Amino acid sequence: MTNDEIKQVVTDIIADVAPDEDVTNIKPDVRLRDQLELDSMDFLDIVMELRKRHNIEVPEAEYPELASLDSCAAYLSPKFTALGK
Amino acid sequence: MPYQSGWLAVFHLSMSINSQRIVITGLGLTSPNGNTLAEYRQNLLNGVSGVQPLEVRYMGSCLAGVCDFDPLKYQKRKAVRVGTRAGSISIYCAREAVADSGLNFDELDKDRIGIYIGTTEHGNVETENEIYAISKFNYDTKYWSHYHNPRTVANNPAGEISLNLGITGPAYAIGAACAAGNMGLIHATQMLRLGEVDQAICGGVSESIHTFGIFAGFKSQGALATHKDPTKASRPFDKDRNGIVVSEGGALYTLERLEDAQARGAKIYGEIGGYCVNSDASDYVLPNPTRQAQCVRRALNAAGLTASDMHIVNTHATATPQGDIQECGALRNVFGSGCPDTNINNTKSFIGHAMGAAGALELAGNLPSFDDLVVHPTINVDNLDPECDLPGLVLNKPRKVKRVDAILNNSFGMLGINSTLIVKRFEA
Repeated sequence: MTNDEIKQVVTDIIADVAPDEDVTNIKPDVRLRDQLELDSMDFLDIVMELRKRHNIEVPEAEYPELASLDSCAAYLSPKFTALGK
Repeated sequence: MPYQSGWLAVFHLSMSINSQRIVITGLGLTSPNGNTLAEYRQNLLNGVSGVQPLEVRYMGSCLAGVCDFDPLKYQKRKAVRVGTRAGSISIYCAREAVADSGLNFDELDKDRIGIYIGTTEHGNVETENEIYAISKFNYDTKYWSHYHNPRTVANNPAGEISLNLGITGPAYAIGAACAAGNMGLIHATQMLRLGEVDQAICGGVSESIHTFGIFAGFKSQGALATHKDPTKASRPFDKDRNGIVVSEGGALYTLERLEDAQARGAKIYGEIGGYCVNSDASDYVLPNPTRQAQCVRRALNAAGLTASDMHIVNTHATATPQGDIQECGALRNVFGSGCPDTNINNTKSFIGHAMGAAGALELAGNLPSFDDLVVHPTINVDNLDPECDLPGLVLNKPRKVKRVDAILNNSFGMLGINSTLIVKRFEA
C-alpha cells in the first residue's frame, strides 16, 4: 500500500469518526487536531477502526504517531506491509 | 418573626403560595404520529395511528411506534453518532420545549435549571448493539466501543441535554418503568417547590424500539401485539386486543413556579394540581387494582378535588387482556357511575406504548382540551370488552364537551409502581 493509499485509509476513517468535518483538504504535514475538531475519544475511534477494518493494532504508547496524515503514513506503512497489503 | 404590616404579610403569604404553585409553560415532543404538539393533536382528533412494521434484530418484522423527527435539527452528526437515540429524542424535545416556553434562555442562570427525565429502561439498546458488533469479531472484547459506558449510564438522556444546552444544574434520569413519564413532571414539581431549581425541563423519553429484548420479552410473556393491519394493533379495551405495541418517543415540558411564569407573562398550559406515586408490593408484572385506586384517590386528595371534578381521565391501559381489566376495575372503584362529566380515553391506541415517554406524551395529547374542549377518543374499539365498559369512555370519535377543568393522567409500571398526575386548567 502506498503512502497516499494509507493517507486515504485514514482520511476515510476520519470522515466517519468526525462526520461534520470537511476532510477534502486535510494538510498532510499539519497535526490533525490543529485543523480538525478531533478529541481524544475520536483518536480512540481511529485506533478502533484501524483494528476493525485493517486488523492493525496501535499500542497506546504509539498514539502520537497518528498526529498527522504524513506521520500516519510513515507509521502505518510497515504495519500494512507486514500484513501483505 | 419580625413584625410585618398587614399588607406586607398578605403579600408574603401570596408570594409563598405562588411559589408552591407550579405551572407548565412549554412543551416539546416527538411521537409516532407527530413531531409537534399541533401535528400530534390533530392526528389524535383525526384517528391517525403511528404504528408501523419495524424490522427488529433476531425477531424479524414486529409492529412498533416509530418517530421520524430530524435529530440534526439540534445536533451535529458527530453528537448523534457518539450519543444515543434516547439522547437525541431528549435533546429534540428539550430544545422544542425551551423554544415553546418563550424563556429567554441565554439570560437564564444555567446552574438553576433542573433536568428530570423519566425512563423505563436505558442501556439495553447500546449493550445489544455492542454485543452484536463484537459477534462479528468472534466476541473478542477488544472491539467493544469505548463509548459503551457514557452511552449506557442511567443519566445518559438527561446528560445529553445538559451537554447540548449547556445546563449546569442537576440533570438525571428517573427510572420508574412505564410510570416514568409522569414521574419526570412530579419530581420537577417537587424540586421547584423546594426551591432547588428555578426552571425544570422534565417528562419522559423512550428509545425502546431499538432493543430486541423488550419485544422478545413481551412476546415470551404473551403480551406482544400482532395484527394484519398495524394501525389496528394497539386496541385497549377491545375484546380482541392481544398485547402491547412498543414505541419510541418523548415529551418534555418546561415547568416553573407560578410567580416566575407570571412575572415574564408566560403562556401557561396548565397547573400541576396534585399527584401520587405508590407501589403495589404484590407482583413483578401483574398490576394491583387496589393500589392503583389508592394512587388515584391520593392524587385527588392532594389536588383538593373529587373524582367528579375530573373531566378527562387518560388511562394507562396497554391492551393486555388482564391489565386493561384491572385498571378499569380501579377506575370503576374511584369514579363509579357518579361522575357524569368525566370522560375517559386512551392514547396508546394511536401511538402504542411509548414506555418511559408514555405518561408525558399522553398528557400532552390531552392538554389542548383545556382550550378546544374536545376529548380525543380511544380508537380501535370495534368490540368493547364488557369488563372495560366504563361510564364516560370516549370511543373511536372525539367528543365535544362543555368543560375541561382537570385532566387526570395514569401511568403504571412493572414491579408495581403507580403514578397519577392531575393537571388543572390555570386560573389566576
